[in-house]
Amino acid sequence: MSSETPVIELKNIKKNFGPVEVLKDVNFSVRAGEVTALVGDNGAGKSTLIKGLAGIQPYDQGTILFEGNPVELKSPRQSSDLGIDVVYQDLALCDNLDIVHNMFLGREQAHTGVLDEGAMESKAADTLTSLSVRTVKSVRQKVARLSGGQRQTVAIARAVLWNNKVVILDEPTAALGVAQTEQVLQLVRRLADSGKAVIIISHNLQDVFAVADRIYVLYLGKMTAVVKKSETSQADIVGYITGAKTQEVGV
Amino acid sequence: MNNQTTIQTGNEGSFLDAGRNYIARVKGGETGSLPALLGLIILATLFAAANPIFLKPINFANLLTQTATVTTLAMGLTFVLLLGEIDLAAGVTAGLSAAFLAISMSNYGVAWPLAVVIAISLGMLIGFLIGVLVAKVGIPSFVVTLAAFLAFQGLQLVVVGKGGLIGIDAPPILAIMNTPMPIAFGWILLTVIFLLYVGSALYSRRQRTSSGQPNKSMGILVFRSFAILIVGVGFVSFLNLERGANPAVTSLKGVPYVVPIVLILLAAGTFVLNRTKFGRHVYAVGGNAEAARRAGIQVSRVRIKVFMISSSFAGIAGILMASRQASVDAAAGRSIVLNAIAAAVVGGVSLFGGRGRLSDAVIGGFVIAVIDNGLGLIGLASGLNLAITGGVLLLAATADAITSRKSRTS
Repeated sequence: MSSETPVIELKNIKKNFGPVEVLKDVNFSVRAGEVTALVGDNGAGKSTLIKGLAGIQPYDQGTILFEGNPVELKSPRQSSDLGIDVVYQDLALCDNLDIVHNMFLGREQAHTGVLDEGAMESKAADTLTSLSVRTVKSVRQKVARLSGGQRQTVAIARAVLWNNKVVILDEPTAALGVAQTEQVLQLVRRLADSGKAVIIISHNLQDVFAVADRIYVLYLGKMTAVVKKSETSQADIVGYITGAKTQEVGV
Repeated sequence: MNNQTTIQTGNEGSFLDAGRNYIARVKGGETGSLPALLGLIILATLFAAANPIFLKPINFANLLTQTATVTTLAMGLTFVLLLGEIDLAAGVTAGLSAAFLAISMSNYGVAWPLAVVIAISLGMLIGFLIGVLVAKVGIPSFVVTLAAFLAFQGLQLVVVGKGGLIGIDAPPILAIMNTPMPIAFGWILLTVIFLLYVGSALYSRRQRTSSGQPNKSMGILVFRSFAILIVGVGFVSFLNLERGANPAVTSLKGVPYVVPIVLILLAAGTFVLNRTKFGRHVYAVGGNAEAARRAGIQVSRVRIKVFMISSSFAGIAGILMASRQASVDAAAGRSIVLNAIAAAVVGGVSLFGGRGRLSDAVIGGFVIAVIDNGLGLIGLASGLNLAITGGVLLLAATADAITSRKSRTS
């Protein structure tokens, strides 16, 4: 199911905060059509790795290949121009606006200066339909009235609407109940099946095993394991996360 | 819900469904200006029962001119409140603009249209300065505008001179608040409003149809058009009645010139907020500034523009103020800003940002003016109307706080 060249390939990434080495020679690659999980304990460097991809906090050293070509990710603009989108844990939605407004926020369509609500509404509805979203009743609902899972859905659908190649999901199920978690995980799966490269950061190994194809484990700034889900077990991953087990990493 | 195949847009369903949806939204806390509108009707009924003069055409015309300045200021402040900011300097900005208007005409012989431009530009410049200090330097708007409130009072004293009074004698400026339009103008005004409303509604229906989206039931448009027509005809006919104390000497009838001015500001501002990218960004910044920033909206630019709009409205309010009093004194505008903030909040504009419309400010302005006017007619001490206005504001702010909390936790 995966293509030959990874969409993103990170080689020998280093990042220091003063004297503290947060990322030590990290290698990481994500492929289109796959869900890549990034796991690790608090302080392992997951957020730092992601912030570098988002362009919020550039890496100190290392090579970034996007579809095989070396690129720089020094600003959020650069990474969104490449088609990398982060769905943050706190979602960054405007409660007072409706679903359509939120999906088109900052990229509204207008016709001679007047917002084209009809066109935006139909594209938003099409995107949600293409993701087989059934939990959202109306695209004109205010986001304040949505449940946690529905908000996550809207945030993910926004990333899809803009045809991003890489969608990074930061703890997408952290605040959700059982049924909603299930819906969001299905959505994540469909996202990858539609050909996007999906990176999911999660503390919940059950979720990771439910949805991921490949699992990367960070331990104290080092990538200690890269495994296919089919070739590992939850106990192994826990071992890698806590540092009880290690694997020679060769991607 | 799971067997649903298509996602609705909120536009489906009949006229009755739309009515039921509206009731559901009101129950859910999205009341808008409905409480203020009901309050207005109750207050008007009480005052009309207490003193029949309240319902006389002369009093109604007075009410309109009394409220125009505060309403204009409140509409401008609505932009600022939508961001969750405040502008305490709006009143003194109006005062200073009025002073510049009067001085440029009387001391420098500037023609009135240019003086009007000077007054509004001064407002815009003040808004720019406040906006830069808030958005770029990062000082809370409360502090920036409080400082401006004090500083401009001083500037006003210097410009006008202590105890000074500058008269206004340009007839067109005086006419705004003091002369009614010819009878026919009222009807022309109503026709234009009606056609604009129907035209813009049909335009957006066509836009939706061309993207294949469903439209709301035509019945809603017909209902609203008739409502506008009926209210408008009542309004214009009432104001076209003779209201002069001695019609044989001076006849006084027709819609005051200030009415179309306020309506144009209302329509233009509402268009900007509802139909343009900038307006959408104002709501977004007010709702969640961080989300707006991440979506690529230049938040500080939106903030600066909003303060410029608000202060330009204040400049216009200054012109209305000068017209009504036919003069500008050293204390002009000092006390009206709190009334204007009260008007916006009573009308349903949220103090927490992101929620409210310009029409809310207009309705709120009427509530504040009716309290003032009605209690004056009843002959109650003026202290009492301040106390009641304060109470109404507190009530509205309480409702606002509860609604905002509800929507945050749900």
